[in-house]
Amino acid sequence: MMGLGARSDSPSPALRERAQSEWAFEMGTTKFWIASFVVGFVFLVLTRSFITNEYFFFAGYQVLQFIVLATAWNILGGYTGYTNFGTGAFFAVGAYTAVVLHKLTSLPVPVMMLAGGVISGIIGFGMGYLTLRLKGVFFAIATLALAIVAQTLIVNWDYVGGSRGIYIIRPQYAPIAGSYIQYLYSLMLALTWMSVAIARTIERSTLGLGFNAIRDDEQAAEAGGVPTLRLKLIATTLSGALMGMSGAPLPYYVTYLDPASSFNLSYAVNSVAMPMIGGMTSWIGPIIGAVLLGTIQQLATVTISSALNLLIVGVVLIVFVVIAPNGIVGLVQTRWRARIR
Amino acid sequence: MAVPILDVSGLGKRFGGFVALEGIDLTVEAGERLGLIGPNGSGKSTLVNCLSGTLHHDSGGITFDGRRLDGLPAFRRTRLGLARSFQLPKPFRSLSLLDNLRIPLLYTVNARHGAHLASGEIEERCRALLADVGLADKARRLPRDLTQVEMRKLELARAVASAPRLLFADEAMAGLSPSEIEEILAVLFRLNEAGITIVLIEHIMRAVMSFSTRLVVLVAGQKIADGTPQEAIRDPEVERAYLGE
Repeated sequence: MMGLGARSDSPSPALRERAQSEWAFEMGTTKFWIASFVVGFVFLVLTRSFITNEYFFFAGYQVLQFIVLATAWNILGGYTGYTNFGTGAFFAVGAYTAVVLHKLTSLPVPVMMLAGGVISGIIGFGMGYLTLRLKGVFFAIATLALAIVAQTLIVNWDYVGGSRGIYIIRPQYAPIAGSYIQYLYSLMLALTWMSVAIARTIERSTLGLGFNAIRDDEQAAEAGGVPTLRLKLIATTLSGALMGMSGAPLPYYVTYLDPASSFNLSYAVNSVAMPMIGGMTSWIGPIIGAVLLGTIQQLATVTISSALNLLIVGVVLIVFVVIAPNGIVGLVQTRWRARIR
Repeated sequence: MAVPILDVSGLGKRFGGFVALEGIDLTVEAGERLGLIGPNGSGKSTLVNCLSGTLHHDSGGITFDGRRLDGLPAFRRTRLGLARSFQLPKPFRSLSLLDNLRIPLLYTVNARHGAHLASGEIEERCRALLADVGLADKARRLPRDLTQVEMRKLELARAVASAPRLLFADEAMAGLSPSEIEEILAVLFRLNEAGITIVLIEHIMRAVMSFSTRLVVLVAGQKIADGTPQEAIRDPEVERAYLGE
């Protein structure tokens, strides 16, 4: 993995002691990739063999997509400390990459996801490069501006439907057994596994420690030998790429794609809110936040109306900022530390 | 005479129309303990910032250990062996003391040619560094659990963790009590004995006078004195700057 020297490769006695005291479930990076793959695969098999209601896969796709978005956001926002309000842009660029490829080629969706990831990664790199001097709120505003610029470009690009939007006709059959929505659900689950495993690998690596140093104090990080410029570019690129990958299957999921919905503010708000609620310092935080908020929003959409979604996110966010500013993970960690002391 | 480890010539820095530093010539010999003093706003911290790469100077040149530093980003200078501590401690607040020290070890020591420490060795070095400054029992604590003097010690330990040849200690003692100043001075003396050249930027004259083998005085962005501490403080220009006409 990109030369990320995992910190837990050869556990010295001291490291083992740390493992036992701080994390009861400390696990090597390779083991985590395998274990999370097994968990994901079992989950996939179980859901696909026992659940017959199509709606489950429809809703499940949404929740998984939010896990990817929240995890990707957290690599830049949580680990590195740069708030990105442009999630919608990266996500939609991934989706529109797929639209272009759909019109030009008949590539399979996984390849389109890779392509969407590459394009969004390039945009992430560019955004990082242009905004590296900006910090805090100024960086956040620049990302918001990026989203608006990208949306304006798409609205004025007739080939991909412009502001009218575009209809995408799904292939009649899914390439693997089951319905097309089950296929997209499976792809999103695979991407979720990959994103989470990448995030977790970074967290335990030299790279992750460098990200944390940047978040805490950029000058001090630089004085400690951390190449802050390079690390920030890695974070913006990787974060953007994962967001783009999660956007690529969207045209097939919705079958009608337009700029207003693909650039929707709700992607940006959710991908900020989910890690904040779950906890931004750990890979598991965005998952908890995404499952919680994603499920609540699905329930609300079905029982009340999707119009309430952003209101719900807002209210939950305010509650958490007040009672648990470090998210659910932070809450648990504090208790844990208090107990072992 | 030994070859200087740091050679600064004609260094200048302006902020808009304000000239912060002008024509600074300065050499630091290897192994030296140099005191850098000057009234508030005289440019001491700006000089340190320019030398360590936090700021970039506008004119003149910096040679460290035979290499030109002009234009190099701060992290490269740290890797070359030029470390600094900050006037206001800047710990990595979300990381344990151990991880605070692990960063310079991973990013500086391990980035140098020929050195690669395994994670176990890094851990041992971090613990040894913490023990050196008397923070061994707080290795897993967060910086917020530290007192002011402990924070200064962490700041020094983190600078030293990068295994520097030259260390700028920027007001490492401001606001500390006399006994705490002694503690920090003892740490600095030990580091110097271990072979690290130290430039001490300080207001507390008693500490500077007892520590420095040479004193450089900055006033209004210019160097006005450079010599033994006794000579420097008796210099009429220095007296005028500190005491007025």
